[in-house]
Amino acid sequence: MKESESLNEIRARLQGSRGASYWRSLDELAGTNAFRELLHREFPRHASEWDGSLDRRRFVQLASASLALAGLAGCTRQPIEKIVPYVRQPEQLVPGKPLYFATVHAVGGYATGLLAESHNGRPTKLEGNPEHPASLGRSDVRAQAAVLDLYDPDRSQAVTHLGQIRTWGAFVDAIGPKVTALKALEGEGLRLLTGTVTSPTVAALVAELRAAMPKARWHQHEAAGRDHVRRGALAAFGKPVETRYDLSRADVVVALDSDFLTQGPGAVRYALDFARRRKVHDLAAARRDGMSRLYAVESGVTATGTVADHRLAVKPTEVAHFALALAARLGVAGSAAPPFFADGERAEWVDAVAEDLQAHRGRCLVLAGDEVDAEVHTLLHAVNAALGNAGTTVIYTEPVEAEPVDQAASLAELVADARAGAVDTLVILGANPVYDAPADVDLAAALAEVPLSVHLGSHVDETAGHCHWHLPEAHQLETWTDARAFDGTTSIGQPLIEPLYGGKTAAEVLAVFLGRTLNAHELLREHWQTAWQTTGADFETRWRKVLHDGLVADSAAAPAQASVDAGAAGAAAAAIAGWTSGELELAFRPDPHLFDGRFANNGWLQECPRPITKLTWENALLMSPATARGLGLGDLTADGDQYLPTPVVELTVDGRGLEIPVWVVPGHADGALTLHLGYGRDFAGRVAAGAGVNACAVRAAAAPWRVAQGVAVRALGRRYRLASTQDHHSMEGRHIVLGDRFDNYLEHPEAYKPHLHVDPSLTLMPEDEFVYDGNNWGMSVDLTACTGCNACVVACQAENNVPVVGKDQVAKGREMHWIRIDRYYQGVDADRVEAVLHQPVLCMHCEQAPCEVVCPVAATVHSADGLNDMIYNRCVGTRYCSNNCPYKVRRFNFLLYQDWETPSLQLGRNPDVTVRSRGVMEKCTYCVQRISRARIAAKMEDREIRDGEVVTACQQACPSDALVFGDMNDPGSAVARAKASPLDYSLLEELGTRPHTTFLARIRNPNPKLEPPRQRPDHGAHA
Amino acid sequence: MSPPGSSAAGLDADRILIAPGHDAATVTEKISSVVFGRTPKWMFAVWAVGFALVMALLTQLAKLLFVGTGIWGVNIPVAWGFAIINLVWWIGIGHAGTLISAILLLLNQKWRTSINRFAEAMTLFAVACAVMFPVLHTGRPWLAFYWLLPYPNTMGMWPNFRSPLVWDVFAISTYGTVSLLFWFMGLIPDFATLRDRTAHRSLRRLFGFLAMGWRGSARHWHNYEMAYLLLAGLATPLVISVHSVISFDFSVAQVPGWHATIFPPYFVAGAVFAGFAMVLLLAIPVRRAFNLHDFITSRHLQNMGKVMLVTGLVVSYGYLMEFFFAWYSGNPFEIFAIAENRPTGPYKWIWMSLIFCNFLSIQLLWLKKVRQSPLLLWIISFIVSIGMWLERFVIVVISLHRDFLPSSWDMYAGTRWDWAFYLGTIGFFLCLMFLFVRFVPMIAMFEMKHLLPESKVKGRAKAH
Repeated sequence: MKESESLNEIRARLQGSRGASYWRSLDELAGTNAFRELLHREFPRHASEWDGSLDRRRFVQLASASLALAGLAGCTRQPIEKIVPYVRQPEQLVPGKPLYFATVHAVGGYATGLLAESHNGRPTKLEGNPEHPASLGRSDVRAQAAVLDLYDPDRSQAVTHLGQIRTWGAFVDAIGPKVTALKALEGEGLRLLTGTVTSPTVAALVAELRAAMPKARWHQHEAAGRDHVRRGALAAFGKPVETRYDLSRADVVVALDSDFLTQGPGAVRYALDFARRRKVHDLAAARRDGMSRLYAVESGVTATGTVADHRLAVKPTEVAHFALALAARLGVAGSAAPPFFADGERAEWVDAVAEDLQAHRGRCLVLAGDEVDAEVHTLLHAVNAALGNAGTTVIYTEPVEAEPVDQAASLAELVADARAGAVDTLVILGANPVYDAPADVDLAAALAEVPLSVHLGSHVDETAGHCHWHLPEAHQLETWTDARAFDGTTSIGQPLIEPLYGGKTAAEVLAVFLGRTLNAHELLREHWQTAWQTTGADFETRWRKVLHDGLVADSAAAPAQASVDAGAAGAAAAAIAGWTSGELELAFRPDPHLFDGRFANNGWLQECPRPITKLTWENALLMSPATARGLGLGDLTADGDQYLPTPVVELTVDGRGLEIPVWVVPGHADGALTLHLGYGRDFAGRVAAGAGVNACAVRAAAAPWRVAQGVAVRALGRRYRLASTQDHHSMEGRHIVLGDRFDNYLEHPEAYKPHLHVDPSLTLMPEDEFVYDGNNWGMSVDLTACTGCNACVVACQAENNVPVVGKDQVAKGREMHWIRIDRYYQGVDADRVEAVLHQPVLCMHCEQAPCEVVCPVAATVHSADGLNDMIYNRCVGTRYCSNNCPYKVRRFNFLLYQDWETPSLQLGRNPDVTVRSRGVMEKCTYCVQRISRARIAAKMEDREIRDGEVVTACQQACPSDALVFGDMNDPGSAVARAKASPLDYSLLEELGTRPHTTFLARIRNPNPKLEPPRQRPDHGAHA
Repeated sequence: MSPPGSSAAGLDADRILIAPGHDAATVTEKISSVVFGRTPKWMFAVWAVGFALVMALLTQLAKLLFVGTGIWGVNIPVAWGFAIINLVWWIGIGHAGTLISAILLLLNQKWRTSINRFAEAMTLFAVACAVMFPVLHTGRPWLAFYWLLPYPNTMGMWPNFRSPLVWDVFAISTYGTVSLLFWFMGLIPDFATLRDRTAHRSLRRLFGFLAMGWRGSARHWHNYEMAYLLLAGLATPLVISVHSVISFDFSVAQVPGWHATIFPPYFVAGAVFAGFAMVLLLAIPVRRAFNLHDFITSRHLQNMGKVMLVTGLVVSYGYLMEFFFAWYSGNPFEIFAIAENRPTGPYKWIWMSLIFCNFLSIQLLWLKKVRQSPLLLWIISFIVSIGMWLERFVIVVISLHRDFLPSSWDMYAGTRWDWAFYLGTIGFFLCLMFLFVRFVPMIAMFEMKHLLPESKVKGRAKAH
């Protein structure tokens, strides 16, 4: 800019002029550019626009300086990491590409076949083995969480003797002389204590041991064992017989206190078979095939009860009475209806059920839960025989267990012998009886009497603390095992990784007592060489095939000749008739996730909300709202009360007591309490510590599941905060879970839909902003099939590196699950619950996504194939997207939830999924990493992605096929067909978000005799 | 000379804007004496409180940056909590300053004169407090503070201009900038006065620097008044725009209770309401402490009381209309959120307190006796300030905690860190305010002189 003249200079010039020149000067002066400029500067109102320009050099200087400054901030020193390629590439191993191996996961002895996904030698995810009869490619919540058990940093890591670290060799050396001494005594004083054993190798080793030492004894103990099933069958048939069911052939099912869809050895298979009989979204197929019907009679609320078409809530003893009434009505000898079911509404119920069963002879099924009394099992064998179900829907086989024994008696005998000084050496393999034995079986005191005790366990647990030697047990994913499934099919579990802490198997410990030094692999091969009677190449071929398939072909248990002893059934009926139901009854149940407590140190299982209560991290005394009022605990279901801490009570059973918080469960039988096992662990597990109360403190060996008399509850006047993920249980009359009766549906397929005024043009956003030329991913969720079992929740957690946040954070409302299962109670009020509804809710991947509009940094955007993507790197964490999400599926890392420190946990993460840090939003991605993998594979082969090629983690885990994912652009895809169903509806459709995840309405198939058809469609929504 | 103001009793105390007996010299003397005098002892006490709260603020900030937003009570579904409530509250408080400076200037309301400087400073400090919240409430503030700005970058990313949060960035930064300019602009002649009056060399330099070479020439005055008027013109739409844009954060979203077209005017009225309450809250004690009754007269207080009454009624009308629109929309989610969950839900006491604070308490202002009583005015202003905070709590938290799917409904409560942040900004505000009162003429001296009888003749002559 040109320098202008200053005022002083002008004045000087004016003063220097005279006369005419003065005026001329002023004119001249006023005419100069300099003066005009001066005026402009002094009186900017009159100024014209600044025409000053920055020259190119100056601009580049400034720009580069500012860029350099900006760049400086980005210069942080990165830690040096070395990446070294393989010198010799291992066969099949391509970095970045996972490998899959067949293996097993056994709970309570019974196996489910699985496929393990392995990244560079690290198992990261377990899926069902499609070949395996107990899985058919599906799995359950515990199998999904098993991979975290492997990487549990609290696992036992060393051999210890009296608490001092020793080596395995030291143990073998120390036991050597003992074995010699025992041999001399023919095993006198040697006792084995295991859980239920189905492993043929372990069974063979025990047999060998007993052959060498005939006086050695084998005891078995499972806290949540199947004694009642065993005893019931033994009484009915006079010999041990395994009972399994074929749900695919059952038109009518009556379940007595049974959660057969989610609990027990065959649950995954049962859930699938059952769901397949209830897939009704294809109207033509539904008209042709009909729908099965389920009646549930139960005391607590189970997942199975919630999907039942009719559910009757009665006390545990009355469940047995119902069995008696049903047997009487069906004419089973020796049965007479007990008073409670003799007349009135309940008698009508029994009549209707009986009629329905009789109308479906040979195609129906009456079953009872593992926890129901043995007498009921005996009676039901007679009922099923009377209904012609034996051999069709009920299949009797030879026992799957290696040695079926009455475990309660077995453990009692061990304790008695130990206290009498008859036990010299006790070897506990994988069991934890000090924690989970009934209160009147004092294992700790018994162990104190034993001169030498050896414990093999995954953790330094309660029992380890009372034993001389503790040996770390290898996880199923890191060693060689074998086990049998519910139908007897044998699988060989192969390791995916070297034992992390040098763990051993039960077989290896038994081998030590046989004086042999073979490892698990050798022991297994040796057994199967003997069993198959092959060696050499033949054996290798078969061995490899078995490992590859994950099962031994045709190894299912042989059918058993079983005919019901009428006398036994009569005796059982007479016994049941003698039972009187108590004022307040208590039922013990294995926890839906933790089972008997063996999974208590698994954060995924602890934090996953229990299917009905939605509680995490702790157990509670479950009861109905009316029972709570009756006990003087007040109305715990009033609005607002759900946010208060819950009352703590003292529960006393025959003089034994414990203090426990109460949780009301609408739909629970009045006058009954349910208490879950598996909590209150007392060992140094960072997850299990402090979680809940050990129910075994009030459990007696004589009444392991049902206590009818002597139960008392006293309010302590204290309150305690439990962490539940859902505080509100009514749908508030909103159109959330929609549904109808099956008969209505067949006549008026879309009558279930509310009449909503949805105008898709009511949006400020361009209507069809996104066009999908290729794939357009979508999901369909079948609410009829969903049992709320949570397999999807944990599968998602494992697949997507979803962190565990802890009870404290859950209580604050900050759980991180990408998929949750909402549970609503439907009915007039909390005392009259008509239905319990489950609704899996994951990201809806809306077409008009409310989250996308409001994100200031465009961290959540549409993808070209219909996904709503989340870009973690871009997210600054305003949380606006979550506020604007009507489905509230977004999860925020309020703190650094992910464990970045523990090395073992780092191994277990899925390398295909970003591990999120603090301050970013996350949510369901439709498993975008799996889509990418399929897309890459398809592109390599120059083809389209095939339907079914992309399977999301939740879909893969779902035992009842409730979730279907695929390309909506492909009219032949399973998802497109599901979405074409009249049952397809969008959640909160009235908001115009146009979700890619839609629901199939929940269809019930009630008995018209019990629930006459209504004119009005059965809008599931009205609660 | 009798002390100025002593004869005010004889006149209509409700009408005068400056006590009789003052001339240009006494005005300057009186106002600048606060700056040049010794620091009164009580000020140290107030400072101690402010300082303690600022320390709490810094502790909270350190904890926040090292640990994360999880130290607060926010959760899913209530992902916004105290931070956003406080943001809206502070921005609202800032409104009175701009309104008094700009709109009342344009409307030629002479009574604004003695309080405008004060109110502008308040605006500036309130905005300073407010901006802390939207940046620091994010999960990753170290990125948020610049990723929301549109600048060419190697990522090839622009902010999402559809998001109201981006609009906020522009609205608040513009507002802050204009408020600062306006305030500073108004201070220039007074800085020159201080420069000329101070005996201290370094103070003279400081004030000289701040006065930017002001010599009081006619051309200076000419440019000055024009620029001031222009800035007033610029600031006027900002009074409307900034809180309208803030309200878009809510009304653009589809959360029941947020998604309402009434929000922009309702927020602006609420902001003015809150702002005047805060001016009174501060001015009444300061007036007493520094004996400024001559300049901040009863008429000032009464006028502010009237503005509070009017804007409070507008806000109350907004409450009423929310009910009406919820009902009229026929939208069950809206009806539930507004008509059911607010007055009868688990947070009903908050809502009831809001109605008490913002509607019932201000009805007292209909009475002249109440408007004439500084103590009652102060109490009502205090109640209104709380009420306006509660209003934002109602909007932010009560709408979010129960939205569409009952399964996600949850409760929210601030933690001690939430309170530390909130009270910390109040401390920060107090500190800034007292620094301002102590070191800067809190009343525009030159403008007060316009109110003197002798300047009125000149002023009129000049105007013609």
